[in-house]
Amino acid sequence: MSIFEYNGSALVAMVGKNCFAIASDRRLGVQLQTIATDFQKIYRIHNKLFIGLAGLATDAQTLYQRLVFRNKLYHLREERDMKPETFASLVSAVLYEKRFGPYFCQPVIAGLGDDDKPFICTMDSIGAKELAKDFVVAGTASESLYGACESMFKPDMEAEELFETISQALISAVDRDCLSGWGGHVYLVTPTEVTERILKGRMD
Amino acid sequence: MTRFEESAPVKGGFSFDLCKRNEMLVQKGLKPSSYLKTGTTIVGLVFRDGVILGADTRATEGPIVADKNCEKIHYMAPNIYCCGAGTAADTEAVTDMVSSQLKLHRFHTGRDSRVVTALTLLKSHLFSYQGHVSAALVLGGVDVTGPHLHTIYPHGSTDTLPFATMGSGSLAAMAIFESKYREGLTRDEGVKLVAEAISSGIFNDLGSGSNVDVCVITKGNREYLRNYMLPNLRTYVSEKGYSFSKKTEVLMTKITPLRELVEVNEGGDAMEE
Repeated sequence: MSIFEYNGSALVAMVGKNCFAIASDRRLGVQLQTIATDFQKIYRIHNKLFIGLAGLATDAQTLYQRLVFRNKLYHLREERDMKPETFASLVSAVLYEKRFGPYFCQPVIAGLGDDDKPFICTMDSIGAKELAKDFVVAGTASESLYGACESMFKPDMEAEELFETISQALISAVDRDCLSGWGGHVYLVTPTEVTERILKGRMD
Repeated sequence: MTRFEESAPVKGGFSFDLCKRNEMLVQKGLKPSSYLKTGTTIVGLVFRDGVILGADTRATEGPIVADKNCEKIHYMAPNIYCCGAGTAADTEAVTDMVSSQLKLHRFHTGRDSRVVTALTLLKSHLFSYQGHVSAALVLGGVDVTGPHLHTIYPHGSTDTLPFATMGSGSLAAMAIFESKYREGLTRDEGVKLVAEAISSGIFNDLGSGSNVDVCVITKGNREYLRNYMLPNLRTYVSEKGYSFSKKTEVLMTKITPLRELVEVNEGGDAMEE
């Protein structure tokens, strides 16, 4: 079994018209036993920047705490919020520092940049950035998510349609993965508001 | 306060403090993760007025295509570009690092960077990590001494060549170069040959795919032709798309407004004493 399959996770982020959505499943398991069904995998860095962490849960939490520390230092020095592109470079540097003894985490970063232009990116566990203009996926369900997103995604979707598309893609993909599921957690961010929704899914 | 210093931004370089724990996990039977690789076909050739570099745009994670349109031609200096194959994080980190070092060197000396400077910085870094930083590079540029093209292997050895290919698709691309290359090519002939070599890698090698990126560097000028050729466009796209008649069931909704609504008191006596 791979280290990535120890806890199980599914993460996806999609770009819409001046908005983005980031979604995750809610299961925390130890190999095949489920420990929690309300585990948070998406964290808020600031109102317009979210990071989801797939992979080993302990590394995800440690990495999140280190990133919050670095973000707060940045905020104190620069007196402004970090841009999503800058944050992505920060995460990449923090992960590459541990190149020969890495954190077993795959981050998915989503944010609204200058002029409320949506930005998404994902990385492998040593910080190789992958910027995409449509969608990014991570986690044990990533192969099913690639398929679901590739067929369901349309460019320039409005907020409500984007929410529906990302939810359908997430739920269909995790139904085909034993290690993720137990509902979904979706954050939909537009320039005026952040909508957090919990989805009902198969509880198996 | 040693524990506080551990999380503070470090001076640079690698940190090995998770290695022991990761070793223990591997011994317990957990397989390590696979990294994003750029399977790749990267090429370079010297033509009459300078250097042309080419690359495909597929990034793989095991057998899955992770990125259909990634950038493999990295900027090093205004007159020097570098294509990278191997582990994606390594090629990006090593080219970024040497690019910064070259910039500092330009400020220090007040001159344009030379290709051999970039070459020496890259090969000494890669050699000191004995091949563990898995980056195979094709470095090309034009400086005061003329056009140069080099290949750099992950262990730190280098070659200086008139035409070069690297990556999993290198044999497919080299076949094209060996049969059609000649000295003194014009710009258009060179670009056409590079595009043909990359296409050969895209169609014959499974680790390479998607589009062709080309970069033409001449004395005092460079042209980065991103997505010069797109031979793999999506064929069957349904116009209708997906429409979901049955909506997803939502258990809870929480809305946080980002802009505060300011209440304006029109003509009020708010400020009266």
